[in-house]
Amino acid sequence: MGPVQYEKNEPVFHAAWESRVFAMFLAAGAWHKWNLDAFRHTREVLPPADYLEVSYYAQWFSGLQDLLVRRGLVTAAEIQSGKPAPGTVRATPPLTPEEIPAALSNRIRAQRNVPVAPLFRAGQRVRARNINPVGHTRLPRYARGKVGTVDRDHGVFVFPDTNAHFLGEKPQHVYSVCFAARELWGAQAPERDCVYVDMWDDYLEPA
Amino acid sequence: MTPSFKEGDHPHEHDHEHQAVPSDPALRVKALESLLVEKGIVDRAALDALVDTYENKIGPRNGARVVARAWIDPAYKARLLADANDAMADFGFLSRQGDRMMVVENTPNVHNVIVCTLCSCYPWPVLGLPPVWYKSAPYRSRAVIDPRGVLREFGLQLAEDMEVRVWDSTAELRYLVLPERPEGTERMSEDELAGLVTRDSMVGVSKVPPPAKVQS
Repeated sequence: MGPVQYEKNEPVFHAAWESRVFAMFLAAGAWHKWNLDAFRHTREVLPPADYLEVSYYAQWFSGLQDLLVRRGLVTAAEIQSGKPAPGTVRATPPLTPEEIPAALSNRIRAQRNVPVAPLFRAGQRVRARNINPVGHTRLPRYARGKVGTVDRDHGVFVFPDTNAHFLGEKPQHVYSVCFAARELWGAQAPERDCVYVDMWDDYLEPA
Repeated sequence: MTPSFKEGDHPHEHDHEHQAVPSDPALRVKALESLLVEKGIVDRAALDALVDTYENKIGPRNGARVVARAWIDPAYKARLLADANDAMADFGFLSRQGDRMMVVENTPNVHNVIVCTLCSCYPWPVLGLPPVWYKSAPYRSRAVIDPRGVLREFGLQLAEDMEVRVWDSTAELRYLVLPERPEGTERMSEDELAGLVTRDSMVGVSKVPPPAKVQS
């Protein structure tokens, strides 16, 4: 994959348009017409060449436009023309400047205060299931089928695999699972190193 | 359980027009902003405030203050490691019930590195927005398989008998490294210590350098 390219004293945004994309993503997100999991998935379906070559915020712009249209906030025709459809009644933006500090302190809100029993416990040996869903998942390929140890239970969170496709939140426990580097990468990996991966109940089975 | 996709969106329903990524993003971004403002989807002053917040108000100085307090105050450090949200709420960066933060401590035996292999998850409230290198394919892919090689590129050589822990931010936990306090800082105030803490040390790709010797 090559060396990590490091830019000293890098600005937060490399161009003004990047900052506007970022801000529009947050402000339009306040309508709650989509969720973060769905937004992440818009990048995942980009063709590989675009995924690797196109700049980060240009990808965000693509995904934002896609969700705005798909979830009914704007129409494709309006994107094309740049103008609201004739007769459109102006809406009231849900995010105003005064609300911003409070809105930012609870940005993602994926935790759920629901009584769901955990399937696993700290110290337990578990195997990451070899699932390869067509849609969104947060189970990295490098961990599938690998055995690790539950380090801790973080509590109950929204499940991204269903949430990204608006199929329901399916709240369940999330655990830090510790995988030995040698388990993941083979005998040449350093003996003491490990990778901690956060995993949902549905990603795991007892080992 | 894999979803059945009988209801809701089919995952490939939309693999289509939006894939043409813009060659002149500035103009198209401006056009979208005008459209969204005109439709009342977004408020322009809110957009300006969001940009200002992340360009000027939220950044690694937040995390540096947390680290400095943990270095100076053992009771605070214990709280931070046990419940980072609660400890960080002292500074007002995030709500006690907000997104879940975890602080992982570097010691002489353990070195922690944070990555998001799947996208770019990063602890915004304490570090601001992630740098391009953190979001890049080389970092995302190599940090999990060869963290020591990545650290060497950042100028950090770790002893073989150390344990390297890589934290892949796959869920909504956000991780911050509590770097080791450098030598020669025993008499520094909390503010002075905060001034030493680098963003890179809180991601785990470097250590906090000792203070420069003062020329007299």
